[in-house]
Amino acid sequence: MIVVRFGNIMIERINSPKIAPLILLKNYIVMKKLNLLFFSLSLFACGSGNSESSENKNSPNASIEESIASSNPSYDPNRGVGKFTDVEVSPTLDAALASKGQGAFDVKCSSCHKTTDEKLVGPGWKGVTQRHKPAWILNFMTNTDEMINKDPAVQAQLELCLVRMPNQNLTDDEAKSLLEFMRQNDGVK
Amino acid sequence: MKMNITKVLLLLAAVSGGVLSCKPKNAGDASASGNAQKAYVAPGKYDEFYNFVSGGFSGQMSVYGLPSGRLFRVIPVFSVDPEKGYGYSEETKPMLNTSHGFVPWDDLHHTELSQTNGEVDGKWVFGNANNTPRVARIDLKSFKTSEIIELPNSAGNHSSPFITENTEYVVAGTRFSVPADDANGDVPISTYKQNFKGYVSFISVKKETGDMDLAFQIELPGINFDLSHAGKGKSHGWFFFSCYNTEQANSLLEVNASQKDKDFIMAVNWKKAEEYIKAGKGRKVKANYAHNKYNEKTHTATSEMKSEVLVLDAKSLKDICYFIPCPKSPHGCDVDPTGEYIVGSGKLAALIPVFSFDKIQSAIQSKAFDGEYDGIPVIKYDAALYGEVKKPGLGPLHTEFDGKGNAYTTFFVSSEVVKWNIKDLKVLDRAPTFYSVGHLCIPGGDSKKPNAKYLIAYNKITKDRYIPTGPELTQSAQLYDISGDKMEMILDFPTIGEPHYAQAVSADLLKEKSLKFYKIDENSNKYVTKGEKESKVVRQGNEVHVYMTSIRSHFSPDNIEGIKMGDVVYFHVTNLEQDWDVPHGFAVKGAVNAELLIMPGETQTLKWVPDRVGIFPIYCTDFCSALHQEMQGYVRVSPKGSSVPISFSLGKTNAVANK
Repeated sequence: MIVVRFGNIMIERINSPKIAPLILLKNYIVMKKLNLLFFSLSLFACGSGNSESSENKNSPNASIEESIASSNPSYDPNRGVGKFTDVEVSPTLDAALASKGQGAFDVKCSSCHKTTDEKLVGPGWKGVTQRHKPAWILNFMTNTDEMINKDPAVQAQLELCLVRMPNQNLTDDEAKSLLEFMRQNDGVK
Repeated sequence: MKMNITKVLLLLAAVSGGVLSCKPKNAGDASASGNAQKAYVAPGKYDEFYNFVSGGFSGQMSVYGLPSGRLFRVIPVFSVDPEKGYGYSEETKPMLNTSHGFVPWDDLHHTELSQTNGEVDGKWVFGNANNTPRVARIDLKSFKTSEIIELPNSAGNHSSPFITENTEYVVAGTRFSVPADDANGDVPISTYKQNFKGYVSFISVKKETGDMDLAFQIELPGINFDLSHAGKGKSHGWFFFSCYNTEQANSLLEVNASQKDKDFIMAVNWKKAEEYIKAGKGRKVKANYAHNKYNEKTHTATSEMKSEVLVLDAKSLKDICYFIPCPKSPHGCDVDPTGEYIVGSGKLAALIPVFSFDKIQSAIQSKAFDGEYDGIPVIKYDAALYGEVKKPGLGPLHTEFDGKGNAYTTFFVSSEVVKWNIKDLKVLDRAPTFYSVGHLCIPGGDSKKPNAKYLIAYNKITKDRYIPTGPELTQSAQLYDISGDKMEMILDFPTIGEPHYAQAVSADLLKEKSLKFYKIDENSNKYVTKGEKESKVVRQGNEVHVYMTSIRSHFSPDNIEGIKMGDVVYFHVTNLEQDWDVPHGFAVKGAVNAELLIMPGETQTLKWVPDRVGIFPIYCTDFCSALHQEMQGYVRVSPKGSSVPISFSLGKTNAVANK
C-alpha cells in the first residue's frame, strides 16, 4: 500500500484485490474533500504550508484517516465498530420489546426501509438478522457515521444506495428494541 | 556595469513606488502582517469568542467569531427573516405580535448576556426593540428567540436590555417620554411638560427557565432615558440610567435639548422599590401589551395580551430615584468591575466624569442635594464625583473595562478609542477608528470579570474602508488586541444593519451545549407527523391540513390531489431527521408567504392559498443529500366544486388511473 500525504489528507493506493471494490468509494470520499486538498496544495505552492494544518482537531476530515483503518486486518467485519461486542439474543422473542421496536421503526426508519426484501431508499429488512450478527446491527444503528466510514459491508451498500444512512441518534434501548423487531420480522417467535 | 546597477535601482524604485501608491488611504495599523496574523483563524479551526452584535435597523442579532470576524448566524428577533421562515411560518408569526398587531420590522440596538454573580453565565442573550418597545430573550442552546415582552407606557425602548448581576431584572427605559397609555393621549404636543411622562421598566427573569414578566415600572418626569447599567458587587441593588433632554423640549432637540450644561445620571435603588411593592405602595394601572413565548416542545409561539402593570411613583416615594448632574447629554452609563465607579459619557463633552458609589451613598445620607428636579432629589455634582478624565478626546460615548484597572472609552467626534486608568484618571493610550465609533465591546467588559484579550469598536461610518457597493456601504467593526499596554488594530470586518452595542463570550462556555436537533419523541406540535405511516391529508371544510414528513430525500406524501380553489392549505412539515445540521426546506410554487426551513425533529407550518387551477410543484430548498434534487412532489388544484376527492400518495408512480 502506498500512502501519500498532502497536509491533512491522505490518498492511498490499495494493491490488495480483497479491498479493490472499495477504492471507488474511497475516491468518492476523497473527491468530496478536494476543495480542501487544493487549499493545502496552494499553501505548499506558496511555501507557507506548515505542520499545523495536519493537526486539525476540529476538522471532520479526521474520519477520512479513520476510513483508511478499514484496511486494517484486525477489523472484525462480524462485529463492526461501536460499543457493542458480544450480544447474546434469546432463541425466543420478547414480544413487548419488539412492539416498542415497531414504534421506533414507524417514526425513525420506515421512511427509507421496508420490512420486506424490497429496497426503498435503503435495503429491505427481511433477512437482515441472518445476514448480520446482533452486535453488528446494534453498532450500525448507534454508531452510524463511523460504520459508514469503516465497515466494508456498509461501504458496499452505500455504492448501491448512494445515500448515507442518516444518523437517527437512537438510544441503546431503542436500538435493542429495533433489533427485536427485526428478529420478529425474520420469524423469531 | 554601472549602467546596469542604475537601471536595477531605478526599476526597484519604480516597483516600490507602485506598491506604495497602491496602499489604501488610512489603512491603519492592521496593514502590518504581524497584526493580521493575530486575527487569522485557519480553515477548520474554531474562534475563541462568540460576538453577539446588535443588527441595528435590521431588527436582528448577529453572531460573529472572534478574532476572525466571520459571520456565523443572524438570529431573527424583531424582524421577519425569510431565510429561516421566522415570522412566516404559522408557528413563529405570534412572536412578532404586539398591541399594534403584527410588526414585521423593528430596530435592535443593544445586546446583553445573562449573568450570575456578575459573571457571564452563557444561558441567554437579551435584545431590545427600540421602535415598538419590547425586550427579547434568546436561548443560547438553540440560538433562537424564546420570548418577547412588550412594554406599555414607553416609546423608543433605548436604555435596554441591561441586567442586574444575577439577571434578577432586565431593564428598559423609555427614550421618548409620552402621555401614559391609560391617559388621554389626544393632547397638544406643546403640553409636553405637563402631560408627558418617562417610565423605566423592570422585567423579572426566572432563574431556571428565563421566563420574563413585567414586574414593575417607575413613573418619572418627562425626559429622555438613553443607556443604563446595573451596579455590581457593593452597588448591587442599584441601577444607573443616563438621561438627556432635561430641558423637556418637544421640538428641534438637536438645539433645544443641548441648552443645559449638565443633564443627569439617574441612580435607582431597586431593592428599595421591591420593599415598596411588598408594602403595597405600587398602583395597578391598565395597560395593553403582548407577551410572546416560543415553546421548544411544540415548536410553536403563543402571544398573550396582558392588561395590567404595577407602577411606582418616584416623585411621591422620594428615596427610590436620585439625579446626579452629568455634563452634556450623557450617552454611556457604565459601571466598573468593582461596582465603585460609574462613568458617564456626555456626547457633547470634552471630559469624562467618574462618579463614586460610596460618595453617592454619603451624599444621600447627608442630603447633599442641589434641590429637586420635578420632585426628584438632585445630588450635588461634587458630592458624587470621584474625578474627571481631562481632555480625553471629543464626544465620549461608551466605556468598557479590562478588569485590570483600566477603562476604554469610545469618542465619536474624534473617532478614537482611549484607554485610561480608573484610579488616577490618566490617559494611557489612544487608537484611531475608521470612522466615528459608537459602542465598543470587551468580552465580559461590563461584568465583574472581563476577559480582556480583545476590544471591538463598532463604527457608524465606513466611508472609504471597503470596495463601494452603491450609496449604502457596509457597516463595520474593528478588532483590537488589548492584551499588551498598547492597543493594536488587527482586523476590519463588515457587519449587518448598524452595529450598536455588542457582547462577547468565550466560545468554551457555549459550544459544548449547543443544541444539535430536536428529539422527535418530544415533539408535541399539534400537527406533528411521527413517521410516514401517520402522514395524511385531512379536509376540514375549506381548510386542508397536510401532515407531511421530510427525510433524506423525499416528502411523504409527495403527490396530493383534491385541493380546490377557495381552499386554505396548511402544510405541516415534520423533519424526521435526528442528526445535526440536516434541516430540510419546503417550498410550493406561487406561495405568497415565503417558504419553510425545518430543523431536525421540528414541525413547521406553511399556509398556502392557491390562486389558480393547475399543478403546483413542491420541493426541498436546503441541500440535504446527493438526491436532494429528487426531493420534490406535486400538488393538484382543481376548480371550486370539482369532484376530485382528497388523495395523497408516495411512490405510486403510474399506479393511479387517470381521472
